[in-house]
Amino acid sequence: MDVKHVAKLANLPLTDVELKKLEKDLENVLELVDHIQDLDTSNIETTSQVTGLTNITRPDKIDTSRLTPHDGFFKVKSIFSS
Amino acid sequence: MLTDESIASLAGKLKSKDISPVDIAKQCLEQIEKLNPTINAFITKVDSKAVLDQAKKVKLTTPLSGIPYVLKDAYLTKDLHTTAGSNVLSNYIPEYEATVVHKVNSAGAILLGKMNMDAWGHGGSTENTDYGPTKNPWDITRVPGGSGGGPAAAIGARMCSFAIGEDTGGSIRNPAGWCGITGLKVTYGRVSRYGSIAYASSFDTVGPTAKTAEDCALILQHIAGQDPYDATSSPLPMGDYLSHIKQGVKGKTIGIPKEFMSEGLDSEVRQLVLQAAKQFTDLGAKVEEVSLPTSKYAISVYYLLAPSETSSNLARYDGIRYGNGRDKFTPETMRRIMIGTYALSAGYYDAYYKKAQQARTLIIQDYEKVFSGCDMILSPVSPTPPTKLGELISDPVKNMLADIYTVTTNTAGIPALALPCGFTKTGLPVGMQLQGPMFSEELLLQTGYAYQQVTDHHVQKPQLS
Repeated sequence: MDVKHVAKLANLPLTDVELKKLEKDLENVLELVDHIQDLDTSNIETTSQVTGLTNITRPDKIDTSRLTPHDGFFKVKSIFSS
Repeated sequence: MLTDESIASLAGKLKSKDISPVDIAKQCLEQIEKLNPTINAFITKVDSKAVLDQAKKVKLTTPLSGIPYVLKDAYLTKDLHTTAGSNVLSNYIPEYEATVVHKVNSAGAILLGKMNMDAWGHGGSTENTDYGPTKNPWDITRVPGGSGGGPAAAIGARMCSFAIGEDTGGSIRNPAGWCGITGLKVTYGRVSRYGSIAYASSFDTVGPTAKTAEDCALILQHIAGQDPYDATSSPLPMGDYLSHIKQGVKGKTIGIPKEFMSEGLDSEVRQLVLQAAKQFTDLGAKVEEVSLPTSKYAISVYYLLAPSETSSNLARYDGIRYGNGRDKFTPETMRRIMIGTYALSAGYYDAYYKKAQQARTLIIQDYEKVFSGCDMILSPVSPTPPTKLGELISDPVKNMLADIYTVTTNTAGIPALALPCGFTKTGLPVGMQLQGPMFSEELLLQTGYAYQQVTDHHVQKPQLS
């Protein structure tokens, strides 16, 4: 694994020393999960959702119980003192 | 102690005015003050005056009214510090409340605090936390399990009546087993995840942890159901968990997967699970051996998919919205983010992420096949009794293997009930789990209830001073 490249993709601020330690740990983990390559998955569909729900939408209606009470604006602490 | 009693028993005494909510709250607060310095179950305690004030004014509208509870610190609580066990959220105060918190609070239960956990749910021992490890109340040199070790230890030590836990790969069941209590991992989508800090979104489930199956049924009745704020919550009608709980297991078939009883399983744990199987036979169930051949790939599938999802879910903690930077993640969390990022990256996606998603289909098919011949399956929760502090956190691979019997449940989305089935010769609690088909919570709770009527493991408690 090119740990430096993956750390960049993952946006993790790691030093070279930390990366070196991580590399060894990750190799051990990969060795364990690589076992999956023995399983024949040809022509098997993927599962990303287990209950089979699809395209759940809600009515296009404003839920007034969730409106912020300031005409749709957020109320924040004032920046300037009067 | 009042917290030795079931929720139903306490509710009865509250109703007849034999005791008041203040009596229960006071005992819990005393127990917390006495034992939490040793156990370290809490990350944030609700101010004791606020707890007592609430106990004074609570109206008894449901069986949960006036009952003290705790939350795994993965749930958003409006205006109350929420950390997910991580320093990344060390100063985060949520603007809103999780649906499950809203439901339990509306039922009148009294929140005592937010509990310790492996950061973001990443772990099986409650050592991967920025708030110091939680200790097992049965032996404080050992871990309580994880990731929800704080809530489980608090129930074990009788600091509260129940907890809301969160289970992504065993985080309710593993600590329930190691702390000698009962916990339910619900079917994916049975309880709303709105306001639950995500670990792996297609695995995460919200469920009750308490002392008995009956208590879990009562709590589930209050928290289950579809939620417009969680599009993955199920529209299927809820069960009637409590009123059917006494149906028994006569005529039911319980399968024991041979893959869950073989290599790597501690012999005492194995013996206790087989004893429980014998007890189920005595209760009128039929017990038989079954096989889940793809379960040997379960660890690989889970530790590719869950880190992939977590690498995406945790991308939002970049210092802009939540303040602290990504340097605040623990080494274990960084490892999981790295593995997930790698499995999703160009050139490796097909070999790892997609392959694991296909394997997920095969694991589901395996379960479907087994459940066509039996009603539920029985197995250990963990391969060993609670480990010594330091044992799992120092060895990432060993830490992963502690989840070997629990991760398949979440991969398939099915429910599972973990409950105590005895003690080792040295007095450490051992848990077993019953897994059933999708939305079979009623059946699992009935079975757990039947077992707890003829055994007393669940009433044992640690001797702490």
